[in-house]
Amino acid sequence: MRNLLLDGLLRRPVTDRAPKLDDAELTALAARIDVAARRRLGHSLAIREVDAGSCNGCELEINALQNAVYDLERFGLRFVASPRHADVLLVTGPVAKNMRTALERTYEATPAPKWVVAAGDCAVSGGLFAGSYACVGPVSAVVPVSLAIPGCPPTPHELLKGLLTLLGS
Amino acid sequence: MTPLADLLDLDRAATTHVPWPRVLVDADTWLDVAALLGEGGWTLLSLWADAARVHMAIADDAVPPAVAVVSLDAEDGGYPSVGRYHPAAIRLERALRDLSGLQPEGLPDPRPWLDHGTWGVSAPLGASQGEPAAGTENAPESYAFLRVDGENLHEIPVGPVHAGVIEPGHFRFTVDGETVVRLEERLGYTHKGLESLLAGSTLDHAGRLAGRASGDSTVAYALAFARAAEAACAITPPPRAIWLRALMAELERMANHLGDMGAVCNDAAFSIMHAHCGVLRERVLRAAAACFGHRLMMDRIVPGGVAVDIDAAGLDALHALLREIGRHLPQLAEIYDQTASLQDRTVSTGLVRPELVRRFGCGGHVGRASGRDFDTRRDLPYPPYDQLRFTVAVQTEGDVNARVWVRIREIDQSVGLINQILPLLPTGAIRTPVDAAAGAGREGMALVESFRGDVLAWLRLDAAGTVARCHLRDPSWFQWPLLEAAIEGNIVADFPLCNKSFNCSYSGADL
Ligand code: SF4
Repeated sequence: MRNLLLDGLLRRPVTDRAPKLDDAELTALAARIDVAARRRLGHSLAIREVDAGSCNGCELEINALQNAVYDLERFGLRFVASPRHADVLLVTGPVAKNMRTALERTYEATPAPKWVVAAGDCAVSGGLFAGSYACVGPVSAVVPVSLAIPGCPPTPHELLKGLLTLLGS
Repeated sequence: MTPLADLLDLDRAATTHVPWPRVLVDADTWLDVAALLGEGGWTLLSLWADAARVHMAIADDAVPPAVAVVSLDAEDGGYPSVGRYHPAAIRLERALRDLSGLQPEGLPDPRPWLDHGTWGVSAPLGASQGEPAAGTENAPESYAFLRVDGENLHEIPVGPVHAGVIEPGHFRFTVDGETVVRLEERLGYTHKGLESLLAGSTLDHAGRLAGRASGDSTVAYALAFARAAEAACAITPPPRAIWLRALMAELERMANHLGDMGAVCNDAAFSIMHAHCGVLRERVLRAAAACFGHRLMMDRIVPGGVAVDIDAAGLDALHALLREIGRHLPQLAEIYDQTASLQDRTVSTGLVRPELVRRFGCGGHVGRASGRDFDTRRDLPYPPYDQLRFTVAVQTEGDVNARVWVRIREIDQSVGLINQILPLLPTGAIRTPVDAAAGAGREGMALVESFRGDVLAWLRLDAAGTVARCHLRDPSWFQWPLLEAAIEGNIVADFPLCNKSFNCSYSGADL
């Protein structure tokens, strides 16, 4: 144990540098989120993740955001346990019809101002599950979506870039 | 116990079902099989419907086990329930009924499972799809949880949306003070209609769908599907592809076990392990991306072979990864073993009796931590595992601690396997073209060891060589019910720990 702690002190941190936000794609995304909203958010965001029927691939990468390499919290972004504490709902999955009510209730339980981020191809468009009898399709068909982060699953890097766009940092 | 061949007339097996026999039986033989499953010598591998026919895959207790599929034609929309004799079949039959509309007669638990009354249809996979059930009888609000009577008991409902970044499902705890008297699970929230989407798909598209049954096991699912498809079409992928597949499967196993090992410790409030395991897991995913161009290696295994080859830079990344894990894993294992506060939480918590895992045919770390010495890589071997050396990690204690140790030892074994695979990697092509028409009208099946246990894939191709019906069975089907047993008598605060030590898939079992 002592060796491990010592190692941690002596070695360079494992944390990656912050991603650069210069993609044209991201600029376009940012333009869609109104400036006033961003000001209100300041530089801190409380995120409540909602799995609306994902395959769990997206959750793996969202969880990875919290590891020491991506270290989400250094940007003022953190995951909270209740929608009542959240500014942002980060929603994954093609909205399984069995999850629709839960998603709507979670949205209602989130205090305004609030934003919804659709993460992953399923949440953005229904992905490979589009057209299934058991799925609604895109998250935007159920709750208003402010930001879409495509990918199957989006990498932690892509997720981070998307979320930072929301902060406008 | 009775060997399979004694009960089933295997000579009469369908010749179009590969590699194991499939036998069409009458209701009496079906019931004999159900009774033998209930007596505990045989293992139920899965149970599903294809139009008006029900299939059950079983294995006997020989070494190595014999595997067969037993089929029965439903009459008047019903067939004799297996769950009546063998509890491990109950949830599969509830799902089968919700999806196909066939009635398992005598099923002890008539409540719906996957159908929450939201689909707008009933029996979506049935020979004839029905109108949705009238009113709200399938709605979650009217679901009748089993009653628990007694003084001072109260209920805690949890979910479907949980506090952490995990999948959705509902847990109904009945507690006496701090002690859990009973847990009842209510799943099905992530049902996406996967098997309906698979029907009618080309093999390539179906492979991509299968890889999304449970994202954490995408390699295992893609492999199981590909192997089933290749069995039906009677083709063998090139040697290099076979070895690359095993490489991917072991990377996936390591990544998941590392994640779980850290997560269990985190739920015992020991976050330094979580931090270190998280970094190692990230290294595995980056190596996977360097080798195969995708962190989770989705869509990399395809029917006929693999989609991408590994280059020199990928090999370097792998060697570096193996060195790093080889250096850190013993350190982390030692800390895990020698931290009294952590051991205090994990030792003797969430006990699962060996008898239960045997009856449920429970695979993976849950089964092996309770003494079930079974691993498809060794017991129903598929190449290249028949040419590799490894030991199956088995513990007997059946607690959270044992499930963590199975994982630690399996990470170590995976490092060993990859070390054997790399120098033996054959050269040559990585994909054989699949002539789907060659598989027209044929059926294929495969069992593959995912990090969580054995994944089963079964498919029937139609006359054009597209998928007529595909059934995927996640290992979680036989693990979820045991979580209900594991938590009994533990305190509520230990539930996250028990749950993480199982880490069942919601999506995989909800389909
Ligand atoms: S986008 Fe991909 S990884 Fe995410 S839930 Fe959908 S299928 Fe799974």
